[in-house]
Amino acid sequence: MSKVNALLQGTLNWVDERFPLTKLWKEHLAEYYAPKNFNFWYFFGSLALLVLVLQIVTGILLTMHFKPDASLNASGVPVAFASVEYIMRDVPWGWLIRYMHSTGASAFFFVVYMHMFRGMLYGSYRKPRELIWIFGMIIFLALMAEAFFGYLLPWGQMSFWGAQVIVNLFSTIPLIGPDFSLWLRGDFVVGDATLNRFFSFHVIAVPLVLLGLVAAHIIALHEVGSNNPDGIEIKKKKDGNGIPLDGIPFHPYYTVKDIVGVVVFLMVFSVILFFMPEFGGYFLEYNNFFPADPLVTPLHIAPVWYFTPYYSILRAVTYPLFGIDAKFWGVVAMGASTMILFLLPWLDRSPVKSIRYRGPLYKGFLTAFIVSFLILGYLGMLGPTPVRTVMAQICSVIYFAFFLLMPIYSSLDKCQPEPDRVTSK
Amino acid sequence: MKKFLTAILFVPFLAFGAGPELHLDRAPDKSNDMAALQNGAKIFVNYCLNCHSASYMRYNRLEEIGLDDAQIKDNLLFAGEKYGELMKIAMQRAEAKVWFGVAPPDLTIIARARASEFGSGPDWLYTYLRTFYRDETRPTGWNNMVFANVGMPHVLWELQGDQVMGEDHKLKLVKPGKLKPQEFDAMVGDLVAYLKYMGEPVAEFRKRLGVIVLIFLAVAFVFAYALKREYWKDIH
Amino acid sequence: MSCDDKVDCGRRRLLVATAAVGGVAGVAVAVPFVASMLPSERAKAAGAPVEVDISKLAPGEMMTVEWRGKPVWVINRTKEQLESMAKIDGELADPKSEKPMQPDYARNATRSIKPEILVAVGICTHLGCSPSEKFKTGAESGIAADWPGGFFCPCHGSTFDLAGRVYKGKPAPDNLEIPPYMYLGDARIVIGKDKNHSDD
Repeated sequence: MSKVNALLQGTLNWVDERFPLTKLWKEHLAEYYAPKNFNFWYFFGSLALLVLVLQIVTGILLTMHFKPDASLNASGVPVAFASVEYIMRDVPWGWLIRYMHSTGASAFFFVVYMHMFRGMLYGSYRKPRELIWIFGMIIFLALMAEAFFGYLLPWGQMSFWGAQVIVNLFSTIPLIGPDFSLWLRGDFVVGDATLNRFFSFHVIAVPLVLLGLVAAHIIALHEVGSNNPDGIEIKKKKDGNGIPLDGIPFHPYYTVKDIVGVVVFLMVFSVILFFMPEFGGYFLEYNNFFPADPLVTPLHIAPVWYFTPYYSILRAVTYPLFGIDAKFWGVVAMGASTMILFLLPWLDRSPVKSIRYRGPLYKGFLTAFIVSFLILGYLGMLGPTPVRTVMAQICSVIYFAFFLLMPIYSSLDKCQPEPDRVTSK
Repeated sequence: MKKFLTAILFVPFLAFGAGPELHLDRAPDKSNDMAALQNGAKIFVNYCLNCHSASYMRYNRLEEIGLDDAQIKDNLLFAGEKYGELMKIAMQRAEAKVWFGVAPPDLTIIARARASEFGSGPDWLYTYLRTFYRDETRPTGWNNMVFANVGMPHVLWELQGDQVMGEDHKLKLVKPGKLKPQEFDAMVGDLVAYLKYMGEPVAEFRKRLGVIVLIFLAVAFVFAYALKREYWKDIH
Repeated sequence: MSCDDKVDCGRRRLLVATAAVGGVAGVAVAVPFVASMLPSERAKAAGAPVEVDISKLAPGEMMTVEWRGKPVWVINRTKEQLESMAKIDGELADPKSEKPMQPDYARNATRSIKPEILVAVGICTHLGCSPSEKFKTGAESGIAADWPGGFFCPCHGSTFDLAGRVYKGKPAPDNLEIPPYMYLGDARIVIGKDKNHSDD
């Protein structure tokens, strides 16, 4: 036994002299000190990483069988659409891998939305973690691009018309818009060229960017250290060895804790995957079981659920301004609604970070923001009616007010004093 | 504040519900009734597979619903078709378009595509196939309650008989067909059960596997949670 | 590994148990992932047994059919050809077909069920080229003057006789493969299926 150990130790030394294996292990796991009071909300970071890996692995396998080809086969079905059904039926276990990937897409957004909300609850974007937040925001945008490109690939009716609508949004940009849309499609309609390039973006370009950004996100986090539900810096109170008094090594404490989170997540994931993979038409839209038909628009086009809040904001803008029509301003509003999140670290002027010590003003605004975000998401799934449009307009105003008024209300708010040491509630 | 929020939450729900209602009859669930599925497969091959393809479905897969090699070859395969072949049709799409106005859609996953907020895909199909009525203004002489101005004629009319639309927008059987109404409904139920099966042949296995996976995860949870407790007892 | 004072036994037992559960989970996920790369139902359907009608195959003629994407030759050998084959055993690497390149029922002098009809996979056992037929006797480029007729692989010059047996001293190590096949009648063959096993 000791011989085996010696051999292992020798090998490790050999590697360590050439590559910082032990150093990396210590810096990021065994000697990365995380606050000991992480709660439920802190599961979603590691879950996002898990879903990323799941999407990459299942994506690699799906790429082996999928064909990005819009031409019709002998039965008059687009090859791409038929290849998805081929995966679902003819490829051994193809159905499982495809459902993992389609459920994983929705799970990814759910986990990331929860992760972002955690950041807002506990002020994780505040100094010195602005860059972590910005990397995270770019990850979010890349994820939206990834989802958008990927959604075209099954080449169903919703894929086709969703892409048609989104690409046309860009055509509203003054001067360059129409040419830009044409360039992005590579054709005068969403067609084979579009499908092929979206495939390329989806399987290689965006995933590469995503992986780089995720690495940057984690490196930045481990440089400054994790925030916690109390929003105080554990590095301010250290013991004689320079270890934060409220810090515990990420490994093994948070690895064993995250495993519990992973198992619970997988249970929820499995319930959806095995018993309701369409999730009532929200994860796999029913109309997408019809192959793309450029001549017939479905009666009701709605984006997948994770895009609907922004889609509602887009539709909520109905007034032309400065002689440019409303469609353009809708696109601007939609773009601004995601971009404004980048500014969060500088909009927040509160003396405290965590919701626990903030005053009623911030709590009220945050509640209104979340409620309006959910309503916008709900409205985005429905067709527009005059009442719904007014609702969407009210909610859009609340959405933006939350950010734009933040410098005022966050500094006026009556906050409670932060504790010296982390608390476990 | 809370009242206001509650009010905000409910307005969209009130606004929802505008738009045409579609009443669908509930299709009987025969997912595990092998005799019904086999009967449905036979009806599908005899009545539908002339004009509609099921071009992702392989004949040999019908073993899953209890048909054996010989039964598939003798009863379902047309001369010259191979056992593992897809359910394709000889009709050319371009010709079909001329005859029917639209090419008859592939039916492999129709039971999944026809789902909506009004009911499941099988519900839609079950209602659709039973609500054809005489309409002399249509080129085929037929119209349908859930698919207005449908291009397909009533293929099962000999069995169901002739229905007409009454003043009250309800259908009335004016000329009985070969089957009694209950028999016809049961037959359509079998056909729809088969269409549902064909839409996702793996569905029943998927659910069975799901139960096993969840039991496994429950066990894994016990161990993972115990391990977490064990480590975290050091942390105060 | 024994428990001593330094090691917490309960913790170790839990760790091992959890790791075992995790390992089972990993394997359970890996199996479908790996299996997804096996031949699909489409590939299996395409590789299904092929029926061949040989009623019009005259003596001395050959036909090629596709089975599992590979060329399969069916050759109706003449009496003279069968006689010439018997004389060249000394020049062949495996004249008695001792290596398992054929089903048992084709392990005979003619490597076939019926002596005159040869069924063989037309893929050279060297590197997978498809040899070309050289039924004409006598010298030609790359072929000796006493050539009794057979097959010549254009890639690396391996030669086979009319039973698909490889000549000595050539790059190809083995005789051509004889696929499983059986007669459905006098003039119908099914390739890819025999009485012992079926592929569907």
